[in-house]
This record gives sequence, structure tokens and C-alpha cells, in this order.
Amino acid sequence: MTGLRLKPATIIGLLAVAALPLVVRYFLPASEKYYLHLLIQILLWSFIYTGWSLMGRFGLTSLGHGAFTGIGAYATVMLWNFAGITPWIGIPVAVALATVVGVLVGYPCFRFRIAGHYFALLTLALTEFVRLCIVGLRDFTGGSLGTQPRRYGDGISLYALQFEPDRMLAYYIAFGLWVLGLYVWLRVDGSMDRYALDAASQDEDAAASVGINVTRERLKITALSSAMCALGGAIFAQYQMYIGPDTIAGLGLSLNIVFAAIAGGIWVLLGPTVGAVFTQVLAETLRVVIQGSATLKGMFGSSALALDQLIYGLLLVLFIIYMPNGILGTTMAWWRRRAAARAATGRAGN
Amino acid sequence: MDCQLDIFFLEAVVNGLLLAGLLALLALGLNLIFGVIDVVWICYAELVMVGMYGINYAYKGGMPFLVAALFGIVLVAIAGALLHFLVIRPVLETPPINQLLVTGGVLFLLQAAATMAFGIEFKNLGIRLGSLNIIDMSFSWSRILAFLFALAGMLALWLFLSRTFIGTAIRAISQDRQIMPLMGVDSRKLYLVTSAIGGGLAGLAAALMVLQYDIYPQIGLQFGPLIFMICVLGGLGNMIGGFVAAFIISQFIAVGSSCFHTEWGYAVAFLFFMVAIFIRPQGLFGSRT
Repeated sequence: MTGLRLKPATIIGLLAVAALPLVVRYFLPASEKYYLHLLIQILLWSFIYTGWSLMGRFGLTSLGHGAFTGIGAYATVMLWNFAGITPWIGIPVAVALATVVGVLVGYPCFRFRIAGHYFALLTLALTEFVRLCIVGLRDFTGGSLGTQPRRYGDGISLYALQFEPDRMLAYYIAFGLWVLGLYVWLRVDGSMDRYALDAASQDEDAAASVGINVTRERLKITALSSAMCALGGAIFAQYQMYIGPDTIAGLGLSLNIVFAAIAGGIWVLLGPTVGAVFTQVLAETLRVVIQGSATLKGMFGSSALALDQLIYGLLLVLFIIYMPNGILGTTMAWWRRRAAARAATGRAGN
Repeated sequence: MDCQLDIFFLEAVVNGLLLAGLLALLALGLNLIFGVIDVVWICYAELVMVGMYGINYAYKGGMPFLVAALFGIVLVAIAGALLHFLVIRPVLETPPINQLLVTGGVLFLLQAAATMAFGIEFKNLGIRLGSLNIIDMSFSWSRILAFLFALAGMLALWLFLSRTFIGTAIRAISQDRQIMPLMGVDSRKLYLVTSAIGGGLAGLAAALMVLQYDIYPQIGLQFGPLIFMICVLGGLGNMIGGFVAAFIISQFIAVGSSCFHTEWGYAVAFLFFMVAIFIRPQGLFGSRT
């Protein structure tokens, strides 16, 4: 790999995202904290969704990534709370643990060709298993109520990797993570492994017959993907300063990851990011609308908050039926078609 | 944490058997749909939840329980047919994983709709059937009845599939999806009927479950993963396999829960499931294609 050549547009784009908090500070100083929180969440989830789509785009639809984010978050926090081990060591340990679990579950799956429905349902069982372990170890994890990382000093510490009170700092940490995710995606996209995995996802036997070690290739991408999700989960825990079995692990989260990634588009670089923007903005907008509207509140009370999930579910059904390439994938295809049509008419005119 | 072979252990085993009947019924509907249409309804447990709410409101609206139960069965059967018609049919020709995911969207939809319509409170019919006491053991009648009715439901499905014309057609199409339309069978209609029957089985399960469990919008997440695990363990689409798997899994849960905490019973069941699938990827009774 000779390093990625950065196009001017890429640099401008990165700078624009990097400058976002400054824009917020300048134009919306009153609610800076709120908007930064929204942006941080979008970036952190983008990273996790990108990690999932590394596997998802090759036909490995895993419902087990809620397990990896859960392992990442809980292992880091447990090591800090009960052994006093700094997250600088705890996070690598947690990521390694999640990777080992991913490979342990992945190896028999790929070796014995457990694919499609079976793979999805088996990884679903992994998610449930991890969630039940978290709930079961309630003496340490706080059970289904969740727990908090022990606060170190005033909550901002390099040693304890805690940065929640300083939203600017948190934003740039999330930004760094997001860029890392995109970089990994591009590295995979430009590698030979990508072609091998593409071939394997279309026809496993044919791919194997031309000398691709399908099991090994799939294990590599699974390890990478589970490591990324564990890292994302760990950083998310450090930012939220709270972990619960349903917020950072479990089936609901697994499905959320899958759907947000698909809604954005899993075959394009920024698809998962678009998915994160879309889902977060949708949820926040609806929340604000509901809180501002007395009628809706009167009709449904506090359960009006489920409205975003309702619309979300409905949209997902529609997306999968009518737009399986996701928002960004479909838009880009449309844009390319239009450009091609324009070029064709241009030539015809000359 | 003590696990001795005493009377309480026996009680746990028998309660496990009673639970198995219910789980087998739940797995049966999903297996039927998978076997015939080749689709996994991730939202299957949410259909059961819809049925439970339906029965709850019908009963509290003044219907006798049996009428309310019948209403629930019909309601979920219609919901199953609608699910197939509106959601599955448009994606029938796309990669199978899309069909699984699209029903995942329905899962969110139904859960959120139930939360909005019925609130997050636990709801209960308030019917107490008492329990059967033998020596020092006690078994609640609602569980015993659920077990018996579940077996009766399975028997009825078996009779339907083996003795009626349309049942024969359903069995035939599950053996070869491509050739049957060429024989002049309207597969679209058969799929719709199968979906309705699958829904009806979920409705029957709902009627048996309202007697035992409190109803809340997230109840599907409690049962859903369990049902999928049983189906996969028995071999997706294999009804006999699902039946046996239900008995294995429910013993893990019942005995595990009585010896340790409830979660550990479930956790061990899931672990056993994963290991079993690695040893026999096609399920305990499945045949590889």
C-alpha cells in the first residue's frame, strides 16, 4: 500500500467536519453542549456502523455486533472499576477479547459454511449470550440497571481516559475515531482481500477453486470488524460515563447497527456515516417535536417517545423493499446515471 | 446455588417439560413458514405480543376468555397474512437476508406501536387457575393447560397438513418451490395461507401465554431469540427437529434457573446452542442441501 492519495475534495471535507464544532460555537453558543453531543454521537455511531459494514458488505450479515460493542464497553469499565487498570491498557485488552470471541465464533461458521439465515441467527445467539452474562454478573455489572465507570478527579483525565465534561475534546476524539474508521474502510476497499471476499460472497465454491482461502479471508474481516466495534463501544462508554446491557449490548442494539448501516448504504464509504446522521437526526427531531407538541404528549404521554422507533421501523421496511442500496448508495447511483446521460447528450449535440 | 437430586429438582424438570410444549408450538409456526416460504420472521414473537394484547383487551372488554382467545388467534392469523402480503412478497425474489431484515423493521414497528398504544406498564388478565399439588411439588394449571393445548395445536396442524388437499399442497411446495407452480399450483395463494396458519399458531401461543405471563411491549425480545434458537437447533424448517429441540432447550432453562440465577439457565442454553451448531451446522435433525 503506497498510502492514500488525498484528493482536494477529501481534504476540504475533512476540514469541514473538523471545523463543525467551531461553527456550532460561533453560531449556536447558547446550546453548544447539546449540538456537540449530537455530533459526537453521530461520529461514534458512524465508526461502529462502518465497522459492521466491513463485514456486512460481503454478505456476512451479523446480528452479533451488539456483543462486541458490549464486550468492549464492559471489559474496559470492569477493569477500571475493579482492578484499577487504566483504559489505556483496558481498551486494548477489551478489543483483543472481542476479537478472540469474534474469531472463535467465526471460525466454525466459515469452516462449516454456516451462512445466510443460520449465520444471522447464530450471531444473534451470541448477542443474547453476552447480554445474559452481563445481566447475570450483576454483582459487578449492576445487572440490567447498568453501571458507571468510576469518576477520576474532576472527570477529565488522560490517565483514566475520561473527557466527558469537555465536549470539544470529546468531539475531536470522536472525530479521530471516525477518520480512523474511514481509513480502515478505504484500506480494505483497496486491498486484494476485498476482491477475494467479494468473489466469496458471490460464489464460495468458485472463489475457493481459484485459490482463495475463504475461511481465512472471512476470519480476517471478522476480526477487524469485531475489533472496531469493541473499540467503538469502549470509547462510547468513556464518553457516556454509563453502560447498560440494553444501551451498549443486546439484540436491539445489534438490529440498530444493521439497520442504520443499511439505511445509509453499506457499499459506499460514507454510507454508514449517512446512516448515523439520518437515524440520530430523525430521533432527535422527533423528540423535539414531541416535547414541543402538547397534542402528541396529551395523546400518548411519555410513550410518545416510541414514535421515533415506529417511524424508524416503517422506514426500514420501506428502505429494504425500495432502496436496498441505502440513501447514499441510491443517491450516488442516480447522480452517476445523470452524469452519464448528460455526457451522452453532450456528445450527441457535438 | 445448591443443586441436589431432590423433589425440587424433579419439580424443575417437570416445569421444563411444560414450558417445552409452549416453546415447541412457537417454534412450529416459524418452522412452517420457513419450510414453505423460506423466510425467517424475526418479528414472530412480536406477532405473539400483538395477539396477547388483543386477547387482553377483548377479555377486559367483556368477552368470555375462550371467545377472546379465538379472537386473538384470528387477529394474529390476519396479521400474518398481512405481513406476507405487504412486506414479504415485495422482497421474495431478493437475497434471503433481506427478507430476514425486513421483518426486523416490522419488529421495531410493532414494538413501538404497542408502546404507544398500550404504554409500557405490565398488563395481566387477572385469571387465576390455581395449581396442582403433588407431594411437595406444585404445578400451575395454566402451564399444564398450555402444554396440553400446545400439543393439541400441533396435532391439529399435523392432521391439516396430512389429511386435507390444501395441506398436501403446502407440503408439496415445501419440497420444491420451483416445480409446483408448473403443476398449476398458485404458490402466491399457498404462501398467503401458510402465513395465515403460521400467524394462527402464534395466536394460539399468545392465548396460552396470557394465562402465564404479564404482557409488555418488549416481551418479544424475551421469547424471540429463544424461538429462533430452537428452530435452528432442530434444523430450520424441520418440525420434528424443532419439537425435540424445544424439550432440550427448556430443560437447560428450567434446571439451570432452579440451580442458579434465571439468566444463567438461559446463558447456558445459548452456549449449548452455539456449540451444538458448530458440531452439527445443519441442526440436530436437519439434512444438508
